[in-house]
Amino acid sequence: MSTQPSAAEGTVALSAVELDRRRYRRQRAWRSTAIAAVSTLVFAGVLLVAVTHAPGWEQVKSTYFSGSQFSDSFPRVLHGLWTNLRILAVAEAIILPVGLTVAALRTVKGAVFFPVRGILTVYVDVFRGIPLIVLLYLIGFGIPALGESWLPSSGITLGTVCLVLSYGAYHAEVFRAGILSVHPSQRAAARSLGLNHAQTMRLVVLPQAVRAVIPPLLNDFVSLQKDVGLVSILGVIDAVRAAQIDNYSTYNYTPYVVAALLFIVLAIPSARFADYMLARQIRRQQAGAVV
Amino acid sequence: MTAVLNVSGVRKDFGDVPVLRGIDLQVSEGTVVALIGGSGSGKSTLLRCINLLEVVTDGVIRLDGEDITDPRVDADQVRRRIGVVFQSYNLFPHMSALRNVSLAPRVVGKLAKADAESRARELLARVGLADKANAYPDRLSGGQQQRTAIARALANDPRLLLLDEVTSALDPELVGEVLDLIKELKAQGMTIVMATHEMGFAREIADQVCFLDQGVVAESGPPEQVLGNPSSPRLRQFLSRVLRHE
Ligand SMILES: Nc1ncnc2c1ncn2[C@@H]1O[C@H](COP(=O)(O)OP(=O)(O)OP(=O)(O)O)[C@@H](O)[C@H]1O
Ligand SMILES: [Mg+2]
Repeated sequence: MSTQPSAAEGTVALSAVELDRRRYRRQRAWRSTAIAAVSTLVFAGVLLVAVTHAPGWEQVKSTYFSGSQFSDSFPRVLHGLWTNLRILAVAEAIILPVGLTVAALRTVKGAVFFPVRGILTVYVDVFRGIPLIVLLYLIGFGIPALGESWLPSSGITLGTVCLVLSYGAYHAEVFRAGILSVHPSQRAAARSLGLNHAQTMRLVVLPQAVRAVIPPLLNDFVSLQKDVGLVSILGVIDAVRAAQIDNYSTYNYTPYVVAALLFIVLAIPSARFADYMLARQIRRQQAGAVV
Repeated sequence: MTAVLNVSGVRKDFGDVPVLRGIDLQVSEGTVVALIGGSGSGKSTLLRCINLLEVVTDGVIRLDGEDITDPRVDADQVRRRIGVVFQSYNLFPHMSALRNVSLAPRVVGKLAKADAESRARELLARVGLADKANAYPDRLSGGQQQRTAIARALANDPRLLLLDEVTSALDPELVGEVLDLIKELKAQGMTIVMATHEMGFAREIADQVCFLDQGVVAESGPPEQVLGNPSSPRLRQFLSRVLRHE
């Protein structure tokens, strides 16, 4: 392993020009921080004054921001969120391989695979096209209505199936974009070594494709986290449903604020992780500078 | 003795643009053939046809006497017998040098991991990169990447090595190390077809130089004849253009 020779900074005294440049940069950094802080404060102040002086503010404050309601609902909504998390984990664990398989199979050439490609194209078009909520109504209520005892009937299972169908189609497109982003010369290099299509896909194309699409996948994942809440329409007591139950009995909307805060807290790690992965990818691309 | 490679009457059209219009080429065992010609003359296309990365429009290509342009032959099987090195290396960026080189022996040659890796280490040592086995391509210099690519191309023990302008993406001071390696391969008896813009190198190493022009091999023969005493005005013009930059 070669190590980069590090610049021997500090061993040589810096010139007056460089010292001046550094002083200027520090000053500029300090100034922009100050400007950002002041403008944020002013903006927040204006917003606060505007909201609290609205004619309905007292009413809004007691129905949306009631402290006692908050602490009363919090444990129930949090418990509901646990259901969301379980559905999320199971769904994503199925969605990832489904999406990757669909995307990979869509690239297989040859007449034998024509029907497979056709079916998968229809699958992606259909399930990306149907709004998730409509899918939940159709499958979530349609399947139990068939009355077949061997078919699943629980809201959690059917809701998870809908999430898998819908997000499987989204993930498949993300993976396909990743596959297409791998330069054809990589495929040529692998094939020229005598690897067949499947080996080339598995060992050369997919590993690079997956790496390339981690940020957009995480983006889809954040959106899935929120959409898990829609399974509440099938009667699953998730965070949204738990908040709704409290709301129906008290006519107070604070439980929804609790749910909103919990969903935000859930989304932040994924969002930061997506940012981190994206930054890392950009750094790599710049360092790699592939011809 | 049958030639390792025999190209006869090969044509290749892209859409309705003819690029190769009837190429004839014989390469006997242990010889080096240099393909020269202007940019767009079809050198890369010919190499891609030989490696079955392109389907020929017409004509026949034989490898050790076997017609490899027959659609009934297994293309993967043919490609295993031919090593290719590309201008832009095309190393797999997500694999270390060792894995790049050991991939084919493992997957294609069905060697056990340890055997494939010891073979890959041998090859890396042969190209002078024993100490870079664990380095990823983005940590290697251009010359080191290209030497890794050559080691990778040798991993299947090919009958024939195709080199497509393997030095033209390299800084001048790195060209030498790659050319020295190719000379060594020739000394070890490897059969090589190479597209090149390095006329000096072609003169030094090639047994036969072929000038591709307007889709055919317009002139071919030993380097001193083709490069030293060109008969057609087009080749003279081409040579004066390239040599001016050398
Ligand atoms: N896939 C393709 N589709 C259409 N045209 C192509 C394709 N590949 C190559 N060509 C054309 O074929 C001609 C020959 O290209 P080729 O890459 O073989 O030239 P070359 O001799 O290798 O040139 P260079 O010295 O610049 O590498 C060019 O005019 C090119 O535009
Ligand atoms: Mg070329």
